[in-house]
Amino acid sequence: MKSIVQLARLSWRYLWSRPLAAVLNLLVLTLGLAAITLVLLVATQLDRAFERDLAGIDLVVGAKGSPLQLILAGVFHIDVPTGNIPLQDVQALQANPLVAQVIPLSLGDSFQGARIVGTTPDYVQHYRATLAQGRLWQQPMEAVLGAGVAHGGLAVGAAFIGSHGLGGPGGGGHAHGDHPYRVSGVLAPCGCVLDRLILTSTESVWKVHEAATADEPEDLEILKEEREVTVALLRYRSPLAAVTLPRQINADTALQAAAPAIEVTRLLRLLGVGADVLRAFGGVLLAVAAASVFIALWNAVRERRADLAMLRMLGAPPGRVAGLVLWEALWLAALASLLGLLLGHALAQALGWALQAQGLLPVSGLVWLPAEAGVPLLAALVAALAALLPALQAYRTDVADLLGQP
Amino acid sequence: MIRTRGLCYQYAGGGAPLRFPDVDLRQGGTLLLRGRSGTGKSTWLSLIAGLRGAGGGDLFVAGTQIGTQRGAEIDAWRARHIGFLPQKLHLSSALSVADNLALAYFAAGLPRDDAAIARALARVGVAELRERKPHQLSGGQAQRVALARAVLLAPQLLLADEPTASLDDEAAADALALLQDTAAACEASLVIATHDQRVVRALPGAQVLDLNEIGLQRLLDKREQL
Repeated sequence: MKSIVQLARLSWRYLWSRPLAAVLNLLVLTLGLAAITLVLLVATQLDRAFERDLAGIDLVVGAKGSPLQLILAGVFHIDVPTGNIPLQDVQALQANPLVAQVIPLSLGDSFQGARIVGTTPDYVQHYRATLAQGRLWQQPMEAVLGAGVAHGGLAVGAAFIGSHGLGGPGGGGHAHGDHPYRVSGVLAPCGCVLDRLILTSTESVWKVHEAATADEPEDLEILKEEREVTVALLRYRSPLAAVTLPRQINADTALQAAAPAIEVTRLLRLLGVGADVLRAFGGVLLAVAAASVFIALWNAVRERRADLAMLRMLGAPPGRVAGLVLWEALWLAALASLLGLLLGHALAQALGWALQAQGLLPVSGLVWLPAEAGVPLLAALVAALAALLPALQAYRTDVADLLGQP
Repeated sequence: MIRTRGLCYQYAGGGAPLRFPDVDLRQGGTLLLRGRSGTGKSTWLSLIAGLRGAGGGDLFVAGTQIGTQRGAEIDAWRARHIGFLPQKLHLSSALSVADNLALAYFAAGLPRDDAAIARALARVGVAELRERKPHQLSGGQAQRVALARAVLLAPQLLLADEPTASLDDEAAADALALLQDTAAACEASLVIATHDQRVVRALPGAQVLDLNEIGLQRLLDKREQL
C-alpha cells in the first residue's frame, strides 16, 4: 500500500515535469470524455422523457397530416398541431367499445411560451401528477400551472392573459385581453410534459375563441355546434384494438390515428444518427488522445531511460519501473475523467438552457447517471492501452547501459 | 567483500567467453578496477551487481552467492547491499535533491525516511541543497548528492564508475577522499572503476584488478581463431 502511494506520488512528479505535454494530453482526453458524457446524458434523458410522456398512451388521434408531427404536438408539445378535429368525432370514439379512455386536448393559446391546454382532469391523473398548491380547475377560466411554468412568478390567485398562438420562437399572436385566466392551483414537479404546460378545462379554450370570433349571439350558438378539439389521446381497452382501430380511423374517418410507439421509434432513429455522430466524434478524440498519450510516454521513457535504469540499479524490480509509466497514464486518465465529466455536465446544462428557451424537451446537466461510472473506466482503459508499449519498454530497461559509458 | 573464482561471462553473440582473474576483496577494502573501454569493465561491474548472470564460476558478494536468486530477489538484494555512483550521476531532473534520494527508498520498496535523507546529505556536506533541482547544482555538488543517494541504505559495497573523470586535480583528490570517507563511514567495500592514473597514485594501498591484460588475451585468442 505504502509503495503504491510512493508510486503515485513519483509518477505525479514525472507527469508534471513535462507540463506542456501533460496539459495537451489532458486536454484531448478531457474533450473526448466530455463528448461521450454529453451524448450519454442527453440521449438517456431524452429517452426517459419520451418514455415517461408516452406511458399509457396507445394512440393519438388528430387532424390529417404528418403522424410524427401529430405525436410531437399532441404528446410532447414541441411541434404545432396538424389542425383541429370535431368534438363529435371524439365523442364517437369515446363510445367505441375498443377504447378505454379518451383524453381530449385543445391547443391554440400560450402564456409566455407555455402552452395553454384545454383538457379534462383525466389528463392530470394520467401522469399521476399531484397539486403542490391550490386545487384543479372547477369552472371555465381557471387554470393549473405546471411546475416549470410556475417559476415564472405566477402564484395561486394570480390572473394572466393568454395570447393566441403556441408561443415559441415565433412569438405569440394577439392577447385575449377580455378573458383573463385565474390560477387555481400549481402542480408538483412530475418530470413529465405537464411541467411545461398550463392546464385548464376545454370549455375555457372554447370560450376564449368563440368570444373572439363571434360578434352576434346567434353566431355563438352555431360555433357551439361546431366545437373542436385538437388532439385526443386514447387508451385501448384490449391490445386487440391496436390491430383494427388505427386502420379503421385512418380509412373510415377524416381523422388521423398515429401510434406513438412506432413514431417515436422513428424519431429516435433520426436523433440516434446525431447521437452516433457525436459519439463517433468522442471516439475519434479518444483515439487521438490515446495516440498522443502514447507518443508522450514513449518520448518520456526514452528521455528518462537513464533515470529508469538508475532505478533498476537502485534495486527496483522491472515491474515497479514499468508501473511508474503506467501510473503516469492513469493519473492523466483520472484527471481527464474528472474534468471530462464536469465539462460534459456543463455542456448538457448549457444545452438544457438552450432547449428550454425554445420550449423543447428538458435536459439537465445536474443529473448523474450510473452509466457515467463507465467514463473513468473508459479513460483508464485508453490510458492503459496507450501506456502499454512504453511501460513494456520501461520494463525492459537495460541497466548495463549505465555502466558501459566510455 | 567480493570473492570470485573462475568467473567468466558468455556474450550473447557466442565466441570465446570472457574470463576474469580471481578477486578477493575483504569487507571494507578498496579495489581499483582498471581497463580501457571494451575490456569488460562494465561487464564485470554488472556481474558483481547481479545485473547479468555469470557464464561460469563462483561469485560471492557481501556474503551472498550471486546467481542462485530469482529476478525479484536479486533486485531486493541489490537495493540493500550495493551502492552505485555512476559516472554521469543520473540524478533525475524532474525531482528535487531530496526526492532523488528518496528514489532509493522507492526502488527498494521501503518507506521514505526524510530524517535519513537529511543525514545522508549532511554527511557529504550538501544539507542545504535538499530542495534544489539537479540543474541548479554545480558538478561537484551533483556528485555529492549522487554519492549520498548511493550510500543512503548503508550498502556493503560501493561501486563508483569513473568518479574523477572530467575533474581537475584538486577536485579529483577531494572526490576520492570523500568517496573513501563515505565508504568507511558505512563500512562498505569500495570498488572504483577507473583509467585515471591520479586515482592509482592516490590509492597506493588499494587492490587492483587490471582487465587490460585479459583484453589483450582476448585479442590474441581471436587472432588464433583467424
